[in-house]
Formats: sequence, structure tokens, C-alpha cells
Amino acid sequence: MNSWMKKLLQVLPEKQILTDLADRYSYSFDASFGEYLPEAVVQVKNNHEVAAVLRVANVYKVPVYPRGSGTCLSGGPLPVKGGIVMDMSQWPEKIEMQPEDLIVKVSPSARTSEINKAAEAYGLMYAPDPSSAHVATIGGNLAENSGGPRGLKYGVTKDYVIGLEVVTPEGKIIKTGGQTIKNVTGYDLTKLMVGCEGTLGVITEATLKLISKPPATQTILVSFSEVRTAGKAISKTLTSGILPAKMEFLDQACIRAVENFQPAGLPIEAEAVIIIELDGHPESLKVEKELIKGIMKQIGAVDIIIPKTVEEAAGIWHARKQVSPAIAKIKPTKVSEDATVPRSRIPDMLDRLNEIKRKYNVEVVVFGHAGDGNLHPNILCDKRDQEEMLRVERAVAELFQAAIDLGGTLSGEHGIGTMKAPFMESELGAAGVDMMKRIKNSWDPNHILNTGKIFSEQGQRLVLRHD
Amino acid sequence: MTNLKEIQEKVNYDKLFDCVQCGYCLPACPTYETMERETHSPRGRINLVKMVAEGKAEVEDLRNPIEKCLGCMACMTVCPTNVEYNLIFEGAKEVIEDHDVKPAALKKTEDFIFNSLFPSSNWMGSIGNAAWIYQKSGLQKAAQTTHLTALALHAGRFERVMPDLPSPIERILRKRRVLPDYKLRTTVAFFTGCVMDAMFFKTNQNTVELLRLSGAEVLMPKGQTCCGALHSHAGKAESARELAMRNIEAFDLEDVDYIVNNAGGCGAKMTEYPQLFEENTTWHERAKEFAAKVRDISEVLVELDGLTFTQPVQRLVTYQPSCHLTNIRRICDEPRMLLHAVPGILVKELERPDFCCGSAGIYNLVNYDESMKILDLKMMDVKERKTNTIITTNPGCLLQMKLGIERHGLEGEIEAVHLVDLLMEAGPSAK
Ligand SMILES: Cc1cc2nc3c(=O)[nH]c(=O)nc-3n(C[C@H](O)[C@H](O)[C@H](O)COP(=O)(O)OP(=O)(O)OC[C@H]3O[C@@H](n4cnc5c(N)ncnc54)[C@H](O)[C@@H]3O)c2cc1C
Ligand code: SF4
Ligand code: SF4
Repeated sequence: MNSWMKKLLQVLPEKQILTDLADRYSYSFDASFGEYLPEAVVQVKNNHEVAAVLRVANVYKVPVYPRGSGTCLSGGPLPVKGGIVMDMSQWPEKIEMQPEDLIVKVSPSARTSEINKAAEAYGLMYAPDPSSAHVATIGGNLAENSGGPRGLKYGVTKDYVIGLEVVTPEGKIIKTGGQTIKNVTGYDLTKLMVGCEGTLGVITEATLKLISKPPATQTILVSFSEVRTAGKAISKTLTSGILPAKMEFLDQACIRAVENFQPAGLPIEAEAVIIIELDGHPESLKVEKELIKGIMKQIGAVDIIIPKTVEEAAGIWHARKQVSPAIAKIKPTKVSEDATVPRSRIPDMLDRLNEIKRKYNVEVVVFGHAGDGNLHPNILCDKRDQEEMLRVERAVAELFQAAIDLGGTLSGEHGIGTMKAPFMESELGAAGVDMMKRIKNSWDPNHILNTGKIFSEQGQRLVLRHD
Repeated sequence: MTNLKEIQEKVNYDKLFDCVQCGYCLPACPTYETMERETHSPRGRINLVKMVAEGKAEVEDLRNPIEKCLGCMACMTVCPTNVEYNLIFEGAKEVIEDHDVKPAALKKTEDFIFNSLFPSSNWMGSIGNAAWIYQKSGLQKAAQTTHLTALALHAGRFERVMPDLPSPIERILRKRRVLPDYKLRTTVAFFTGCVMDAMFFKTNQNTVELLRLSGAEVLMPKGQTCCGALHSHAGKAESARELAMRNIEAFDLEDVDYIVNNAGGCGAKMTEYPQLFEENTTWHERAKEFAAKVRDISEVLVELDGLTFTQPVQRLVTYQPSCHLTNIRRICDEPRMLLHAVPGILVKELERPDFCCGSAGIYNLVNYDESMKILDLKMMDVKERKTNTIITTNPGCLLQMKLGIERHGLEGEIEAVHLVDLLMEAGPSAK
């Protein structure tokens, strides 16, 4: 047994340290690519355990990889340099509602959908709604600054965090922010932690903001015979004085995949559809619905469907949820990107994607939270086909470049992790990346926390192939 | 060195790639909840199977995670990409069985169960001869004499909740063909099941009566035997195949519309018979024809819609569905429709009806402690409903719920009842 392992046994109950091969392999992956075998997995259950493990790791310079539910799409929790996976998911769940202050205090392991459920019991809502909310932990959401369809109107995770408890890589327990909505005391370390992908600290508690739940919703499904028109319809709606809660885009390939998978009555002849959800007071919904109809007609939509019942509306949103599994049936491997562009550039981005598709002869389908410019181009391929994967790697690289050229960003919500690390400099410039590295160095002088993420090593490239 | 190609074939290696590791199955998996590690989750198990098939881990590494899987298939129902975990799981079981990595105590327990308790390939008795399974208190004694201390330790608990055996006379007098009183609407064959027929003979008789009252001619083919589900789930593919062939032959002699059963687990296995045979063989074709006729009693009763219930039943009822009825047959509505047709009862759904009860074939015998953790969670849910009856649709679940009632000291307060018996209590008559 190596010496750091012996030390771990002194600070954690033995049954919280897993070293069997079967256990280690079970924490070697996430929902993205690749598998990396850690030397040990620790299951932490309170902040002192986290601090103790980090102190050991810091002395022995062993890398530590925090992991929630492992649903990350960018390799965030992968133990790329071996060492220790720190499993946060078995931490006893705590969701402490303070409805009169509209806040809730949660443990890092709390699942996002459970937080929202607890809030709904008081007529409140925790707004960020990533599709994986029923599986992913709030810790993972905070680390990735996750968002979902409602992000258009309500923002993403970072807009709802007002305080954190964090353990630093050197094993110190600190508090950031507080319990008040306004707070300008010192640097905003809360916001620095959110989206840091577990590279600066381990989040052990969060205080989140809640809002009141809108009383009613209205769904509208609009179909288009041209992708560009759909793109324009998005900007047009958003500049008309209406702010929908959600505005989702599906291209024809997605529509057809869903209809093949589980027929939901989507218009298969349409080149693209936009699914809109308005929310608010029932009276204002009536007005807004008519306004949207007018805008869509004027811009040249082929069809506007307004569901008559709650069930019909739920059916449309269910179809939207089926996109991800449905497209997985086209080809077994899904390289799922989330490049994001300014909203007025969506039509241009769609054109660029089309070019990329032709140039590299790859299968690309596009859907996503178009209302906030966050598209999800998915490249469908077969990871057993090395030649195809090489083409896919090139297509992905060009896709990132296209987003940056159009004034956009590499990632709207899935994070950088390992996959996008090589492209950081082209978006941020050398000096930009250098400032980030300096922050990392001062927080984590021994580079033990989630090493090998966000910042690429000399010569690192995107690799989707493996032997 | 193990032959990787063979392992890959057995575990359906190509199907492993359907799993995109999204983790959507984690919240549905009972063992992930009770054993608190990814190793005992569907996603973890599928990944481990892959690691073994790629030679990165040994078959021995796979043994415990697969052994502790209930095979409840709740993961399949929630999986967005339709991963066929049932095939992967049974393949992995077979690989483990082939590699002889089971510990001696487990092997002994399994041998005992399969050779003395359930029909094996050596034991091909037909129904009517069902006293094999146990004489009350025989299980414990048998286990003791074969020095299966672990099994003997718990066997007593199971025996206490087992119903009395019917007299041999009742069994001998059973009719092999019954006809409806009025119009003949359909002809069905009844699959009695081995556990059902041995322990819940009365429920089987009630099933036949409900079918008859609904207008069905009911045949009970001789020569039918155990469905083979338990054998399949233990990795004994060869025995499962033999049992399947016996049943296909037994039912082939009868020209019927449906093959009806009242045990969710057996029904699921029988619809999976085609998977036991290589495609494009005669047996595969015969299995397909057989499987297409398999129906659960609740499906047939709802379809025939031939019953009215005349007797109000004063019960507060909660429903524990059979996992395989839900997750493999995907039958969820029919049993509930029947429940709601009974006058007088009040039905309260469990908070998590689709969470396994921990019975899972012989899981509760070979993994007693793990099974009880899961049962305890189920009983918490049951208690919170404050009902006096638990309805089930499978003999294994029925026994397990009886065990749960005893374990939680609820005898006299809560009763576990098969759906069919509840329907009989409600005074069914032809419409
Ligand atoms: C099918 C599917 C759909 C998805 N949909 C969306 C979506 O709509 N929107 C979206 O934004 N994302 C989505 N995701 C991505 C993913 O679910 C999110 O990134 C989620 O926040 C990850 O949470 P997790 O608990 O699984 O964390 P993990 O994947 O385990 O970890 C993610 C990152 O967080 C770090 N981390 C975890 N816990 C802590 C902690 N307590 N302290 C510090 N760091 C920590 C890890 O080191 C890692 O870098 C989806 C993923 C899948 C598979
Ligand atoms: S839900 Fe299906 S695809 Fe997702 S991890 Fe589980 S088995 Fe794999
Ligand atoms: S079959 Fe049941 S116990 Fe086994 S992995 Fe699936 S959900 Fe878990």
C-alpha cells in the first residue's frame, strides 16, 4: 500500500475508500469520451472529510477529481491523471427550505430536480432546468454552470447562487457570499467557483435563490420551410417585447429521428421547427400568444400549432426530450457540442454547419436552446470506425472555429473539461488564458484538484479515437 | 487466458455500445440506492461487462456486481436509448457460470435450489406432480441436511409465510378442460407455473374460473413445466432452453388464441423464448409463435371484458406490480383497471410502485441481506399508505410481501393477496 493510501485510511472510515478494480472502473468514466482508471475512490459525506482528503492529497501531490453523478458531457470528472476520484453523490441529501427568504440551502449531492420539487411545495421554483436535472447533482450543476431551456428568460445556475461553502485544494473550509440577494463585500468568489469545473475548490454547500412559480404556461409549435427563416424568427420574437420562457429549435433530421423513434406528430416535411413556451399570468398569455402568431405569419412560417390541452402541450415537450435518444438511433456515437453564438448570428451558424457537414462528409443534426443562441450541433458517427472519427475530429475543430468567428463561444453550458481544452486560446487569446492559469496557480499551487482540465498541455489536440 | 471473443459473443458486446453512459438509470436502480456505489448501478454494471469483454478486467471482477443485480429491469424502462440490459445481464450470468468463479457456498446453494427445488433438466415432471417443491417445513430440513447453513438460517422465515399445500385429491381432481356456461368467446391455454401451482394452487383455480366466467374455454396442457426464468437468470442457459422446448411442445398440441399465465415473471420469460434460440432455426420460429400468444391474466380479462363484480370488498388496497410485468411486458394499466373495477375498495398507489420488492427470483434466497434492505424500503412505502392489503401479480412478490409483513410485525394488520384472489372475492359473474 502506498503512503498516501495509508494516510487516507487514518482520515476516512475504511468503507468509504474503494480500491477494488471493479469499483475503480465504475468511476473511470462520465457521459463523454474515454475511461481513466483512478487508484482509489473516496466517498465523502461531510466537509471535514473533504478537507482531510484534500490535505493528504496536497501533501503527497496526488490528483483529486470531484465527481457528482458523472453526467458531464465534457470529461469534467474523469481522473485523467489517475489519483483519487472524490465521489460526492453519497453525501446525505440536505434540502433546507427558507421559503420566506426565498432561499434554500442544499448539500452538494442534492439532485437539481429534487430542489425544484421542494420549492414547488411552496409555490416557488428553482429555475435552472438542465435536461439531466433528475440525475445530476447541484454540485455538478454549480461546477459546470449548467442551464436549460428556461435559461432564455430566467438565466442559468450562476444567476441563482448567493453563497457557497467551499474546501480549497489546500484543505481549508471557506464561505463565499452569504444569504442576501445583494452583497458586494470583496471579490465575488462565489461567481468564480461557479463554472470552475471543480478545478479551484470542492463545493460542500450552496445557498440558492428561488423565485415564484409562474401561474400558467402556453406552448406554441411553429414550423418553417427554411432553416434561415426559423433563425430569423428567433431574433424577431425576442425584439418584439415578448420574452418566452423557452424557445427550442429542431432541424429536419431531428424531427424525423423523433418521428421514427416514437411518433409524436411533429411535421416531418418542415425544414425546422421552433417550440415556444410562454409563461406568466393567463390573461397576458392570451395577448402574447396572438402577438407571436402575428410575428410568425409575417415572417413566413408554414404552420403554427397551438395545443388545446395540457396533455397536447406535454406531448410536444416530450417529443423535444426524445431528440437526444432518437438521434442516437441514427448512429451509435454522438459527439454532442454546445457552441453558442450571438442570437442574430444563428442563421449564419446554421449555414456554417451545413458547409462543415458537406466538407467532412459527416452526419450533423442540430437542435438546442436557440432562444439564447445555444445550439447543440450533434455529430453522429461510430467510434469503432477510426477513419470516420478522424473526419469528425476535424469537423469539430472547424465547428468551434466557426462559433468563435461569429463572435460566439466554445461552450454555452457543457463546459471545457478535456475535450475543448485545446481550443481555449483561440477564443480567449494567450494573455486571457494566462490570467486564468494564474488564478488556478494561486488557488491550487500543487495542481492537485482536477488537474488536466480546462488548460491544455503543450501540443494537446482533440482526440475522439482510442485504440 | 480467457477467450475474449467467446465472452463478447455471450454478453452481446455490440449492444454495450447502445449505452451512452447518461446515468438516467441511476435513480431507478434499487441496488444503487441500497449499496451506494456506481459498481452496483446499471451504468456501472454495463461498463464492467465491457471492461471484461475487452480484457481490461477479469470475469471474477464482474461476479459480485452481477450477482447483486436483481434483474428487475427497472433500468430498461427508463433508459432513453433502449439498452437491452436483459440480454447483457443474462449473458454476463452465463459467462460467470462458465468461468466457474462462484464461491463454493453459493454454488452449493444454487445446486440445491435448482436440483431439489425447481425443475432442472434432470427433473422434468409434469404438473400434478408438484409436491416436489416442498412439504411445509421441508425446505429448512432439506437445507440443513445438505449443510447449507446460510440458506437453512433463512429458510425457516420463508416457510412461515408459505401457504398450506392443497390435498393431493384436489390436485388429482383438477379438470384439464373447462367450458364457459354461455357463449364461447375464445379458447385459451393456461400456464400453471411451478411455484404458483405448488404454493398457490387455489389462485390458479381462481384464475381458470375468472377466464371461464369471462367466456373462455380453458385448457391445461399436460407436459408443461417451469418457464425457466430462474435458470436463465442464474446463467443456466442450457437448462432454460430445455425447459422452453418442453413448454413449446406441450402448448403446440393445442390450438388456442392465447397462452395465459398469472405470474408476471413467467410471462416475461416466455415472451423472451425466441432469444434462447439461434435465429432462422425451426426452434426460433416455434418460439416466436409461442411468445406471440403469451398473455398475462389481467390483459385477457380486460380484453374479454366479460365480468361484473357483485360483491363489494371492504379493503384499503395498495398495488405492488411485478417488475417483469412492468419492465419487460410493459403492462401497467390492465391490473389497475381491474382493481378499480372492484366495488367498495379504495386504492392508494405506492410512492414508488416500480421499485423492486427484492424478491427477484431466488435473489432473496442467495442474497438474503441485500434483499431485506430493499424489502425494508418497500415496506416503509407500504406503511405510509396505511392500507390493509397489498395486491401483487407474481408468486415471488407475493411471498416476499408476506415475508415483509411478518418482518415488520404487521400480521393481522396487512395482508398480501394475488390480484386474481381479490377479484374472486368480489363476486365475479358473467356480464
Ligand atoms: C442526457 C444528458 C443531458 C444533459 N443536458 C444538459 C443540459 O440541458 N444543460 C446542461 O447544462 N448540461 C446538461 N448535461 C450535462 C451535465 O448533466 C451537467 O454538466 C451536470 O451539471 C453534471 O452534473 P453531475 O452531478 O453529473 O456532475 P459530474 O458530471 O460528476 O461532474 C461535472 C463537473 O463538476 C465537478 N464537480 C462535481 N461535483 C462537484 C463539487 N461538489 N464541487 C466541485 N466540483 C464538482 C466535477 O469535477 C466535474 O468537473 C446533460 C448531460 C446528459 C448526459
Ligand atoms: S440510462 Fe441507458 S444509456 Fe443511460 S447510462 Fe443507463 S443504460 Fe446507459
Ligand atoms: S436490473 Fe434492477 S437491480 Fe439490476 S441494474 Fe437494472 S435496475 Fe439495477
